[in-house]
Amino acid sequence: MSDATLHDARLSACPACDAAPLAQRIAGQGGAEDIILSLPTIHCATCISDVERALLAHPGVREARVNLTLRRVTVDAPGLAAPELIPVVEAVGYEAHELDPAALSASAADRQGRDILMRIGVSGFAMMNIMILSVAVWSGAADATRDLFHFISGAIALPTVAFAGQPFFSSAARSLRAGRLGMDVPISLALILASAISVFETLHSGHHAYFDAAVMLCFFLLVGRYLDYRTRAVARSAAEELTALEVPRAFRLTASGDEPVPVSELIPGDLIRLRPGARVPADGEIIEGASEIDRALLTGESIPVPAAPGMALSAGEVNLTGQLILRVTAAGRDSSLARLTQLVAAAESARGRYTSLAERASRLYSPMVHLLAFASFLGWYLATHDLRRAVNIAAAVLIITCPCALGLAVPAVLTAASGRLFRRGLLIKDGTALERLAEVDTVVFDKTGTLTMGVPQLVSLDPLPMEQRPMALALAQASSHPLAQALAQALIAVGTVPAVLGDVREQPGNGVLAMLGDAQVRLGRAEWLGASHGDATMSATWFQFADTPATRLDFVDRLRPGAEEAVTQILASGRRVVLLSGDAEPVVRDLAGRLGIAEWQAGVSPMAKADRVGALADEGCHVLMVGDGLNDTAALSMAHVSLSPASALDAARTASDMVMLGNDLSPVPEALMVARKARARIKENFSISVLYNIVAVPFAIAGFATPLMAALAMSLSSISVTLNALRLR
Amino acid sequence: MEILVILIPVSLGLGAVGLAAFVWALRGRQFEDPKGDAERILSKDWDDRPKP
Repeated sequence: MSDATLHDARLSACPACDAAPLAQRIAGQGGAEDIILSLPTIHCATCISDVERALLAHPGVREARVNLTLRRVTVDAPGLAAPELIPVVEAVGYEAHELDPAALSASAADRQGRDILMRIGVSGFAMMNIMILSVAVWSGAADATRDLFHFISGAIALPTVAFAGQPFFSSAARSLRAGRLGMDVPISLALILASAISVFETLHSGHHAYFDAAVMLCFFLLVGRYLDYRTRAVARSAAEELTALEVPRAFRLTASGDEPVPVSELIPGDLIRLRPGARVPADGEIIEGASEIDRALLTGESIPVPAAPGMALSAGEVNLTGQLILRVTAAGRDSSLARLTQLVAAAESARGRYTSLAERASRLYSPMVHLLAFASFLGWYLATHDLRRAVNIAAAVLIITCPCALGLAVPAVLTAASGRLFRRGLLIKDGTALERLAEVDTVVFDKTGTLTMGVPQLVSLDPLPMEQRPMALALAQASSHPLAQALAQALIAVGTVPAVLGDVREQPGNGVLAMLGDAQVRLGRAEWLGASHGDATMSATWFQFADTPATRLDFVDRLRPGAEEAVTQILASGRRVVLLSGDAEPVVRDLAGRLGIAEWQAGVSPMAKADRVGALADEGCHVLMVGDGLNDTAALSMAHVSLSPASALDAARTASDMVMLGNDLSPVPEALMVARKARARIKENFSISVLYNIVAVPFAIAGFATPLMAALAMSLSSISVTLNALRLR
Repeated sequence: MEILVILIPVSLGLGAVGLAAFVWALRGRQFEDPKGDAERILSKDWDDRPKP
């Protein structure tokens, strides 16, 4: 059990590695790649046929197939690109986003899932056929009839065990080679011993054959393994989709105009155009243009920085107002973003070796099972000198103690728990994340982008005289700057109608100006309007009409929905809440006050954040880190368990164990609660399966065990464990 | 008991048919989109003839 999990976890820990050969293969096919669109709003039969019909009607589309489970459509359209197809889908009323096929490594994972399903199917059919024959034997078939039935059962069971048991055999071989006793070792031993003994008994017309038990064991354990795989596959495909949504593309300036190119093809010296609202794709120097730059994801500062030619930009920053032309200085793996990300990946060690409950259980269980079986073999052999009987009893002990229910105990609970949290918008990426989450006693929040949305909100309209509001609205609507948009929103909310202004111009990096008759109206930075900035830590914009004194308008970062409830509930549950921000002190103090967080620190550097989380861990706290920026990434990977919002930087999401898909923070306390419940259920499940063993093992050791008893114990314990897990839903 | 000579091969044969159908469905990727298949049965497209 544990070995397979470990092995798979290693495979999936680096989706990019899985995806890389795939991307190469697709590239090698020479552009014959399918276009994949994400359709988040489809939900019914009509949606499917609407989308497929619209796409098929589009010239050049050869094939379009919607997958409702994944909410995606795969389009085979040689010569067409995703941006041409998105309007086609949007025209019939569905939201569509382009997905980067290179970031989706679905095919390899699908093959694994189909492989397990096939083995489940084969062992299921074999189990039912053998059971028909076994029931006859249990009801009293004797002599030649019994031997015939055993013989037929064997003919079905042996190939089935050889095929369906392969995952257990190979994993057991791996763990033996590594010098450990994993859960798969007793499983494989039980399968092989039960089959061998049964063949021997069949050939010598014995009374008991365990063919049904061997196949049933395969079936139940494979079901457990499939649940385990499904949970991880769902999480992985959703996480990949988040990555795939950001199709990395840049606009390179060439002699024939702008040319969209993949970011990976940028080389130092390229000139790229950066539109307002775009993320900087590579490190570079501004050649032309003026704008403002949002560095929140890199440093946690909530106030944008003015940008002018000559200034250096790092990949990951966001251009806010004006168009910029950038000369690339470092791209791809050399960019500062990629280097920092690699640094974080290398530093990831704090929780690398977390021992899951299942591993701990198997460490305890495997030696005990072997010891018990060997002891009963030795005891019976010494007492009776009957080798056949001793081996028979040892096999019965192995089969009855075989961790059928243990194999289901953890995956069934994790499937139920992560399914419940997924419906609330929380994605569990890591298998042991829920167990680690259950231990959390301290929650560390980042500020910008985590507790707040990173979107400004006007504090008050009061400073702005009534008669100036229509002009301010007209100016604000002319700009895409976040502060202007927040001002426009606030003004529209109170029912302001925009004034008609002439000659509206935006001066990137400064503000907007326009004429009303002969008077000039301006909205923008303090320096530009000749006003003194005053308190430089609050974001503010200034409005001036003609020669009247400029009016200061203050903004605060808008709270993320559910942030207040989340913090209150976490505090009420007796956990410690700490706020660590890279932003300036007054802003952080204000927010901590609003949310009732007593422990806060402002102006924290990325390394200091990680150190603080490390210090908390040294104090013996189990830290849940919630953050979104590159400045949180080191802390995210240092923490016992970590969570980032979907809006976070790719590097931060990769470093996190969980991703919040919605905007709302309120699932966080629920996740803490569900995690505790899940851990309790897992422990209950262990107790249930141990209880069945305590009842059945003495019979097996005493030599009274029959194949019927083994079948009953196995199926009853598996069913009760699964039902117990379902209580979590 | 002679009836067993007929019944056992029949029961095994039926099982084998079921298994073959399952393998065929799995190979044909019919388990890729369970939600979509549940909905597609409601749509009237391709009701009169199979999709080419």
